Amino acid sequence: MHDRGGWPTDAPIDRSEHDLADWELLTDALVHALARNGLMNVDELRRGIESMPPDEYERASYYERWLYSVETILTEKGVLAPGELDARLAK
Amino acid sequence: MTFQAGQRVRVAARAHEGHHRTPAYVKGKSGRVERIHGAFTNPETRAYGGDGLPEQRLYLVGFDPSDLWPGSGGQTRDRVQVDIYEHWLEDAG
Repeated sequence: MHDRGGWPTDAPIDRSEHDLADWELLTDALVHALARNGLMNVDELRRGIESMPPDEYERASYYERWLYSVETILTEKGVLAPGELDARLAK
Repeated sequence: MTFQAGQRVRVAARAHEGHHRTPAYVKGKSGRVERIHGAFTNPETRAYGGDGLPEQRLYLVGFDPSDLWPGSGGQTRDRVQVDIYEHWLEDAG
């Protein structure tokens, strides 16, 4: 799933640049802040992404995968309580 | 075992549950050491809260694409280059 090196295709590769949304920039900053403070490293980030159900992984964008992993790893470590993010978002 | 630039190596074909940085499509395949990056902490333990020590040597290994994906030949100047940790490599003479 995560180490396949791409699927065979005859479709052209989209090489166009695109702007990142604010939430994507914040996600990048969050992951680096977590690493700098010793809460989560890049290998844990990768493991969290690899733990995604395959269909969810395929649907998610690059930074959506990062967010999934941050929530997974921080919940595992007890930094976040289970359901804490959902509860905050519901307010 | 330490490897030198230019040396033929084979990637171990073993299964490995959990996070690791060796792509499935190079397992069991042979290539050539193109560069020695140095030694780095081991992602296989660091991904689970470990300190990643002892550090493992990391190599840039180049593969002929047709060795990885049969039928992909015809563009023989292409190389597939993968960073692979030493404990995944064996001498391939």
